[in-house]
Amino acid sequence: MDHSCDILIIGAGPAGLHAARAASRSTRRPSILLVDENPSIGGQIWRRGAPAWAGRLLAGANACSISYLSSTTVLQRLGPRAVLASTLTPSGRGPIAARITFDTVILATGARELFLPFPGWTLPGVVGAGGAQALVKSGLDVTGKRMVVAGSGPLLLAVAGFLRSRGALVAAIAEQAPPAAIRRFALSLAGYPTKAFQGLMLRARLASVPYWTGAWPIRATGTDRIERVTIRRGDRDVEIPCDLLACGFGLVPSIHLAAVMGCEIRDGRVVTDDLLTTTAPHVLCAGEANGIGGVECAAIEGEMAGLAAAGMIDPARRLLPARARARRFAALLDSAFAPRSELSSLASPDTILCRCEDVTTGEVKPYTTWREAKIHARCGMGSCQGRVCGPIARYLFGLDPGDARPPAAPVDVAFLAAADPGAIPGESPLSE
Amino acid sequence: MRTADVIIIGAGIIGCACARRLSSDGLRVLVLDAAFPGAGATAAGMGHIVVMDDSQAMFSLTLASREAWARLAPDLPPRAEYAAAGTLWVAADQEELDAAGHKHAFLRERGVKAELLDPDSLRGAEPNLRPGLAGGLLVPDDLVVYPPTVAAWLLGQAVRLGARAVMGSRVVRVESGRVTIADGSVFESPAIVNAGGQWSQDLTPGLPIRRRKGHLVITDRSPGFCRHQVIELGYIKKAHASDEDSVAFNIQPRPTGQVLIGSSRQFDPIDERGHGRPLDHGIDHAILARMIRRAAEYMPTLAGLRALRAWTGFRAATPDSLPLIGPHPRIPGLWLATGHEGLGVTNSLGTADLLADLMAARTPTIPAEPYSPSRVLGDG
Repeated sequence: MDHSCDILIIGAGPAGLHAARAASRSTRRPSILLVDENPSIGGQIWRRGAPAWAGRLLAGANACSISYLSSTTVLQRLGPRAVLASTLTPSGRGPIAARITFDTVILATGARELFLPFPGWTLPGVVGAGGAQALVKSGLDVTGKRMVVAGSGPLLLAVAGFLRSRGALVAAIAEQAPPAAIRRFALSLAGYPTKAFQGLMLRARLASVPYWTGAWPIRATGTDRIERVTIRRGDRDVEIPCDLLACGFGLVPSIHLAAVMGCEIRDGRVVTDDLLTTTAPHVLCAGEANGIGGVECAAIEGEMAGLAAAGMIDPARRLLPARARARRFAALLDSAFAPRSELSSLASPDTILCRCEDVTTGEVKPYTTWREAKIHARCGMGSCQGRVCGPIARYLFGLDPGDARPPAAPVDVAFLAAADPGAIPGESPLSE
Repeated sequence: MRTADVIIIGAGIIGCACARRLSSDGLRVLVLDAAFPGAGATAAGMGHIVVMDDSQAMFSLTLASREAWARLAPDLPPRAEYAAAGTLWVAADQEELDAAGHKHAFLRERGVKAELLDPDSLRGAEPNLRPGLAGGLLVPDDLVVYPPTVAAWLLGQAVRLGARAVMGSRVVRVESGRVTIADGSVFESPAIVNAGGQWSQDLTPGLPIRRRKGHLVITDRSPGFCRHQVIELGYIKKAHASDEDSVAFNIQPRPTGQVLIGSSRQFDPIDERGHGRPLDHGIDHAILARMIRRAAEYMPTLAGLRALRAWTGFRAATPDSLPLIGPHPRIPGLWLATGHEGLGVTNSLGTADLLADLMAARTPTIPAEPYSPSRVLGDG
């Protein structure tokens, strides 16, 4: 099954949806195809439901040609204006291979959580902060469970609030940022009314949970799964029994697909010009993949990319000041919650760094480039292809995972046969 | 200033094997490489150590090398992933079965263990092969290693014997007795070994070496899917010997339970001035698709394994498919150890022994003439 469109948008979170809306308003009436790995639109942040306008947009409110392909993973580039994807049939069967051709593609792949390794971080029961939220939403019962939320950033508060609302006993929130940085950040929120409001709301709901600043996990222990976590708080270590440790040290750009598409990656971010054009031909990138900026920044960049892809360069340019303002807020957030240097020495040499291939921190340390660490230590060679351990290796050792091999996600070998322009991909990619 | 007795250019499997061997002869060795050990073709090969019967010369070198690998086995670290997997050559029809018979006779006459398999034994040996194949030939003593780790280990052995390895130093000029690297530093030595593989012709103009691109795919863990290096005999009819793009069914079980799927061969186009295009490591989707379909013709269930990663690399091919090992006929002090195409890992140890014997003016254990650079470069 092949698809053809003027503008392909990969990722249906805030950036992708705003890109679709902006492009749909063009008088040129481009055909727009929006794809996402998940069944529904919204991305990570709007997991519980995208804004109503997004639903109306996909229902054709702007009288443009727009369609949404759910459960669709873009695997690799087939040429300047074509990609190979794994998708479902209209009746929901699959996965099947699909080739998608386009004039311009907008990457809106969002962010993923940064996990920093400490002894015991691979024990069952230690999960990502966002991961904990997802687990509960997909049915994990946490009623009466004792939980600790640790790491950095406003997400910890949101996650703790959510877990409490589902009946969990949140024993503590350990925020690694120092108290002074948090105070400065809270004061600076005054310039950003909506954010300040959100922050206050969260704090109010969490009033009864200890919120420790300048505190971070140094060790998780347990026999078959986590039983307790040790939190370093100032000059003393506090041991807290727990059933679940939700841990997240902020977000990092999801760059994997961009790298597979041939975009230049620098400092862990997709490199773009002012108008979000990447270094790969016909590829734009909007939102978190360009550097963590938050949902409002993603929305603005999505709109810019949608306008630019539809040829509306001046309107796109007019959004530059709004984008700069959003990025300034992100910079505030970034400096307030920047991981402290102590976090880079939590892992001992035998602490796992790459979970897929069981590669330890000590095994990666001797290497000076990501490629060398991959080839010689097997770091990043497993099924996640460096999505998890790449940012860790960057943080701990300054290695720069700047390139990636196709396919962008593990896929049946048969799909690679469907990449042949001479073959007819379909339900059986191997049949000719 | 004389910096070493011998400078080896290239820390691929060939350069690393030569460094270890020459160091054990007591020479002060300096190894230069633009990147790190095993970063080029070594990282793009399957690490299959195989006895070949294409010619007596290829047989002699591959067998001598395989024996050297077997001797080395007890010393190799676990990371080398040394496995006595054996090679299973698969015959799809009577013509290929005849070829298997000839291969069998050739190997047995020369004392190499090999066993012809009927269709039932073939399926017994590899249950995922499709029914209806004509038979096969099992060469049980063929081996598998993980090449980059082995290259690094060989270099480490050389360093323990006194060699110096300077990684991240790209050689830009090679003259008689002198090597210049990208930062302008000059190293002098009475002997220089060009083990630059796919880059060796850039450093020594006139070498008849062309880059030949290959694709590989690795799957997620699927323990027990296959047990041997399994290769089709179909190459006798078409395939890899000609200049045309070709694919062949060639799979390998990794110790992790992953399956490595090959293989493809494509010569880099050469422009009218004889230059190759800039290195393009991009996937050629059409040939990758052909390669996968070919593999699935032999093992249909392969199509359902999860592919983790596809990548490419370049082999250094010579016109007669034999490597260049020995002195350059016209440049005093320059030695060549390059042009191993798809058999660099297999032939690395044999190449190192041969080169060391030639450099020390000893009589080699196998005749050196078939690999002599003067066969393609003319005499001095």
